[in-house]
Amino acid sequence: MSDMMKVSSNPHVRSGVTTSNIMMWVVIALLPAAGFGIYNFGIDALIILILSVLSTVLTEFCFEKVLNKKITVGDFSAVVTGLLLGMNLPSTAPWWLPVIGGIFAILVVKMLFGGLGQNFMNPALGARCFLLISFPAFMTNFTTDTYTSATPLAALKAGEEVSVIDMIIGKIPGTIGETSMIAIVVGACILIMLGIIDLKIPGSYIVSFVLFIIIFGGHGLNGAYISAQLAGGGLMLGAFFMATDYVTCPITAKGKYIYGVFLGILTGIFRVFGVSAEGVSYAIIIGNLIVPLIEKYTIPRAFGIRPVEKKEEKKA
Amino acid sequence: MSEENKGALGFKQDTPAERFLNGLIVENPTLVLMIGMCPTLAVTTSAINGVTMGLATTFVLALSNAVISLLRKVIPDTVRIPAFIVVIASFVTLVQLVMQAYVPVMYAALGVYIPLIVVNCIIFGRAEAYASKHNVVPSFFDGIGMGLGFTCAITVIGLFRELIGGGTMFDVQIFGEGSVVPGPVGYFFSLYQPIRIFIQQAGAFIVLAVLIAIMNQVKFNMEKKGKDTSKFGVGGCCSDVEIKDPKKVKEELLAKEKAAKLEAKPETIKPGDIKAPEKEKVLSGFEQIKATTAQANTNASIKEVVTPGEEDKK
Repeated sequence: MSDMMKVSSNPHVRSGVTTSNIMMWVVIALLPAAGFGIYNFGIDALIILILSVLSTVLTEFCFEKVLNKKITVGDFSAVVTGLLLGMNLPSTAPWWLPVIGGIFAILVVKMLFGGLGQNFMNPALGARCFLLISFPAFMTNFTTDTYTSATPLAALKAGEEVSVIDMIIGKIPGTIGETSMIAIVVGACILIMLGIIDLKIPGSYIVSFVLFIIIFGGHGLNGAYISAQLAGGGLMLGAFFMATDYVTCPITAKGKYIYGVFLGILTGIFRVFGVSAEGVSYAIIIGNLIVPLIEKYTIPRAFGIRPVEKKEEKKA
Repeated sequence: MSEENKGALGFKQDTPAERFLNGLIVENPTLVLMIGMCPTLAVTTSAINGVTMGLATTFVLALSNAVISLLRKVIPDTVRIPAFIVVIASFVTLVQLVMQAYVPVMYAALGVYIPLIVVNCIIFGRAEAYASKHNVVPSFFDGIGMGLGFTCAITVIGLFRELIGGGTMFDVQIFGEGSVVPGPVGYFFSLYQPIRIFIQQAGAFIVLAVLIAIMNQVKFNMEKKGKDTSKFGVGGCCSDVEIKDPKKVKEELLAKEKAAKLEAKPETIKPGDIKAPEKEKVLSGFEQIKATTAQANTNASIKEVVTPGEEDKK
């Protein structure tokens, strides 16, 4: 209540929504997928997740301590980054992989650019790509005690049959957090119901991706192929949790649709024509880079201002 | 390092020693002026590449600076760039042939970047900004200082990229499997997994950014201590622009305005109006429609001639 009675300049009406609130809900929404990952891959997955969260939080804390800045660990954004990063790693990763990834995500991608709100790309994805380029062997080793086959997407690319039901439930090899479509959608529903994310980006992302697959996938309107492409890899996790990152997605409504379609097409290109079977993380990172451009061209017109006048203003 | 800086700033202008330190530290082409980024980012995958590239560039830079300085009164101003290219290209060819004959391994490793020294911004920048205006001896030492500054910077970049990205230092395995370090320390080192991204292009940007940040911090600390750092970062290619005094610019503009008025006056007396819009077009680059409308009032047209120029200068 006292928060709502502050004497200050406008705005006078404040909601109780804060960064830490939102980030906490994102963490809660990520838990089903993370929990399924732990159930699916065992104790290794839990250790990876804990290490990656610890390394992001500690990096942020130490950086701010050393530079005498305000400690912002309490806003949970580092926890979200760490959790997302851990969910993007295979459970077979050695212990130092999430640690290096966490340090890179926070130190280089987030803090050196000015901290939360200033980073131009998603820290978790930036770190994932950093690790993927640096340690490709560790990052694509999905062989565990339970799973010895290739990931369904790789199998699909090789032209083999895959079980779509298993992919939707999540009983497949892959990174810790991406396997279960159901768990991710449950988490996404929580966020959508709370109004933390909306369907603009994930919707346009997935729809444009499906259209791309139908047109260029080489299988036409094959239901099994399309649903396997949807459920496989990091598409769901990326569309609902990483493409919708507040800092690195456009703020305008029109921009969100453009961004989503751009991501869908890029992912399709990477998956269909690329060498690797997966392309979500690179697609979102490239999408992050064009966000300022999208925002520049989709600034909504203020009520009552005619476009001609605006042009003249720009010239002057 | 700080003592050297003091010396570089305290030395008499245009002496060999001052030029040398100026290129090495105060106006380091890579870390302060930030020119010649193409070889800096492209060939620094290992320290030895950096050294070779830097020394080749230093050789070309010093000798081309000296020759251009000798020829500075002979070269006509209008064709100076082609003339510089001829001088620089002959030295680059020399370097290229010598390297091909005696160090074929490095020649193969550096590949296209050796001939590309011809268009290196540092060499052009020094030729244009320094050698073409100063005597032979300071120009020669300016080239050596700049070249060694470049060499040091890209060697350090190469060293870090090689060490982090491959675990080697001048091709000797320090970290990672097969480490030459003996004993338990060596065992510890051999566990290191090279971070491959540093060998790739993205790593060059990361290492370069960190080095520039360190250089800026050094400069910042010096400013804090009250040392004169006004020379830091000023000069090189940009010296002509930076030094320009706002008062001088204004005077020049006023002179231009006067000249324009003098030129415009006889034209207004002439009855044939065909020539006026043409003149307008050349001077201001405005659309012809605007020029023809402005034709009626010569005073207005002069104003329009001057204002865009002013904006450019600002």
